Amino acid sequence: MMIVAGQSQSAYFLEEELPSTERSHTLSVLVDNEPGVLARVVGLFSGRGYNIESLTVSEIEHSSHMSRITIVTTGRPPVISQIMHQLGRLVPVHKVVNLTWAGDALERELALVKVSGKGEIRDEALRLAQAFSARIVDATLDSYVFEITGAPADIDRFVGLMKDCGLVELARTGLAALARGRTGI
Amino acid sequence: MTRQMTGAEMVIQALIDQGVDTIFGYPGGAVLPIFDELFQQEDVRHILVRHEQGAGHAAEGYARSTGKVGVALATSGPGATNMVTALTDALLDSIPMVCITGQVPTTLIGTDAFQEADTVGITRPCTKHNWLVRRIEDLPAILHEAFRIATTGRPGPVLVDIPKNIQFQTGTYENCKDKALTQYHPAVKAPDAAIREAVELMAAAKKPILYTGGGVINSGPKAVALLRDFVKLTGFPITSTLMGLGAYPASGRNWLGMLGMHGTYEANLAMHDCDVMVCVGARFDDRITGRIDAFSPNSKKIHIDIDPSSINKNVVVDLPIVGDVGHVLEDLIAAWNARKPVQDKAAHAAWWKQIDGWRAKKCLTYRPSAEAIMPQYAIERLHALTAGRDTYITTEVGQHQMWAAQYYHFDEPNRFMTSGGLGTMGYGLPAAIGTQLAHPGALVIDIAGDASIQMNIQEMSTAVQHNAPVKAFILNNQYMGMVRQWQQLLHGNRLSHSYVDSQPDFVRLAEAYGAVGIRCSKPADLDDAIEEMIRIDRPVLFDCHVVSLANCFPMIPSGKAHNEMLLGADVSDEEIETAIGTAGKVLV
Ligand SMILES: Cc1cc2nc3c(=O)[nH]c(=O)nc-3n(C[C@H](O)[C@H](O)[C@H](O)COP(=O)(O)OP(=O)(O)OC[C@H]3O[C@@H](n4cnc5c(N)ncnc54)[C@H](O)[C@@H]3O)c2cc1C
Ligand SMILES: Cc1ncc(C[n+]2csc(CCOP(=O)(O)OP(=O)(O)O)c2C)c(N)n1
Ligand SMILES: [Mg+2]
Repeated sequence: MMIVAGQSQSAYFLEEELPSTERSHTLSVLVDNEPGVLARVVGLFSGRGYNIESLTVSEIEHSSHMSRITIVTTGRPPVISQIMHQLGRLVPVHKVVNLTWAGDALERELALVKVSGKGEIRDEALRLAQAFSARIVDATLDSYVFEITGAPADIDRFVGLMKDCGLVELARTGLAALARGRTGI
Repeated sequence: MTRQMTGAEMVIQALIDQGVDTIFGYPGGAVLPIFDELFQQEDVRHILVRHEQGAGHAAEGYARSTGKVGVALATSGPGATNMVTALTDALLDSIPMVCITGQVPTTLIGTDAFQEADTVGITRPCTKHNWLVRRIEDLPAILHEAFRIATTGRPGPVLVDIPKNIQFQTGTYENCKDKALTQYHPAVKAPDAAIREAVELMAAAKKPILYTGGGVINSGPKAVALLRDFVKLTGFPITSTLMGLGAYPASGRNWLGMLGMHGTYEANLAMHDCDVMVCVGARFDDRITGRIDAFSPNSKKIHIDIDPSSINKNVVVDLPIVGDVGHVLEDLIAAWNARKPVQDKAAHAAWWKQIDGWRAKKCLTYRPSAEAIMPQYAIERLHALTAGRDTYITTEVGQHQMWAAQYYHFDEPNRFMTSGGLGTMGYGLPAAIGTQLAHPGALVIDIAGDASIQMNIQEMSTAVQHNAPVKAFILNNQYMGMVRQWQQLLHGNRLSHSYVDSQPDFVRLAEAYGAVGIRCSKPADLDDAIEEMIRIDRPVLFDCHVVSLANCFPMIPSGKAHNEMLLGADVSDEEIETAIGTAGKVLV
């Protein structure tokens, strides 16, 4: 982030906020897996007016009671830094890493997609599922449940196509993300 | 050394091991086991308040005036919810406080049991951290960690919620005072590179200013002493926020007075025109910056703060120094002495000349009156008659608070307890009681407003019971003066519900509580009345009738820049009513 002398910015600006460089960032947060820790993180976002596009959490190390929270949020760079510092001052938070800043991170999500229909529509759904490497995890005479794993944008595209193939409902896990290369956070 | 004891005993033992001598609280069903333990010991003094909010503010006053942790105790449900305002107050003002609450037994949690409230849920956003204790095994470590978190890094309030069955259970107590339960260890020392860069920037400054805040007082007496050394060493002018008053003496040569919305002309203009700003433990609050895009437009900004989230939050700075004020100042002084910079003497002299020009405006001048007491005059007299003593001042919130900051000149830190960030009316009286109990021989005065004092007036009874001879010095203007002033500024002087109707007779009210009441309405009588108040070794309500419609100036109207101030002596009603534009009106 470039800092220029005398160029001050704030929530207290009278002018409309500049939309310019707003983009989404993937944050990885290592936390003590204690009761309420997720509420602290979510409360921080809602209380300070930051938005959450996606949030996933699960224990990654049982012995040390550590969880990894992956949050996708949007904002201009100063807002993103502020979010990271606010997360960092929560007592159970060990580490906050911006995977988007660290470079092109690996981002995967899993979705279960239920479609129903007969005949032509049903065949089309199956063909598309194959094209997207989705697996069939449940089937009846007039329905399928597909499982698809991929980058969120791929899943978005698949789900978009399924809307014309009898989409009934879907469930998405939210994002799991890691930086590339040999080192961890 | 470990010992077997009940959860309730552990609470008291942990307080003793942490060196706590006084706590403020109120009993109820879910904390009875703890109160029973309090009854059976003499190491910890319990001060019974009249409302849990009072316990919280008393703990804050105790904490701020001593530099130690304040401790409050309340029951579940309504006891805990009554504490919320005080916790939020302590969070915004970075006051170290440990609050212990009782909770319904673990077996009843979630059943809407009698006096059940989700206390950790409710207080999560208004504490630095909080815990619900689910197992007796966890209690000792959590109690000690609570004190560590409250006082480490940026101080703040923490809460430990203890279900009643845990208070009765027996477990193993260990004094884990110096052990850390969590990985929370904020850095206190800043990198050398940042220190060196700061010295370079400061050495080259032609128009420098030190902008100091509550963080200096949080850091402690050593930081205060170092700050004073640093001013001597550099010759820089210095201003402070409301929260930092007293760190540098108001009688000091380099003092410019408080800055911000109601700060002095010289402080605000020096902030606006400076070329190097050194922010020491302050957080660029909106009361300070005014219009952000016009805030000190030509300066390089150095920001010393222990909390990385304070940096670049409101104002983007050029050089962040994350660390404790005391540690950083020590390093800065050493680096300065090693570097022995040659300062631009001529530039500094010109800067001081400019500052003296601003000082000559005498921005705190007000129109005196021989018939009625001007509120500014009342504070001036209070200062003149109490400055030589061991005096502590607390305030409520409103115009009187700002007049206290402007006209009571603080020469020492930890002498001014005020609700800055949250602006909590009702803070001052209980905070005065907490302060008085920490400093039994001192003169403790709550500079109050007629509306604010009624928010926690019940604590007069606490003061009487515990022989805390606090003085509530009420600047009675019959109005919520600060609200009235804003209505005049923003809403065509339509004084919607800001008149304090049906006031109690404060003198008789004091007497009803077993305290002493004094009333004064003539400037000529004021000194004698103040002297009398000081002489009385009991709680006093001093009803000081002042003019009703005085406004608090200087003022930077919201949405305006530092160089667009309204000054007191020469501002017309029309200027007041048109000072704030439409864009500024939405701001608070
Ligand atoms: C009616 C009203 C009017 C007001 N008008 C004014 C006004 O005109 N002028 C004014 O100044 N205020 C005014 N205030 C107060 C204002 O709202 C803020 O509370 C105040 O300005 C904040 O002070 P501060 O920046 O010193 O921060 P604090 O709230 O004291 O925060 C301290 C900062 O220092 C940091 N810190 C803490 N400990 C350390 C440490 N050991 N080392 C390093 N850093 C540390 C913290 O992280 C934080 O960033 C007013 C309040 C009210 C109610
Ligand atoms: C608990 C609370 N409620 C409302 C406010 C808003 N408020 C700020 S100042 C003020 C009026 C204070 O009146 P008074 O105590 O008489 O002081 P004065 O301004 O007249 O000196 C009010 C209502 C507040 N700060 N705190
Ligand atoms: Mg009033």
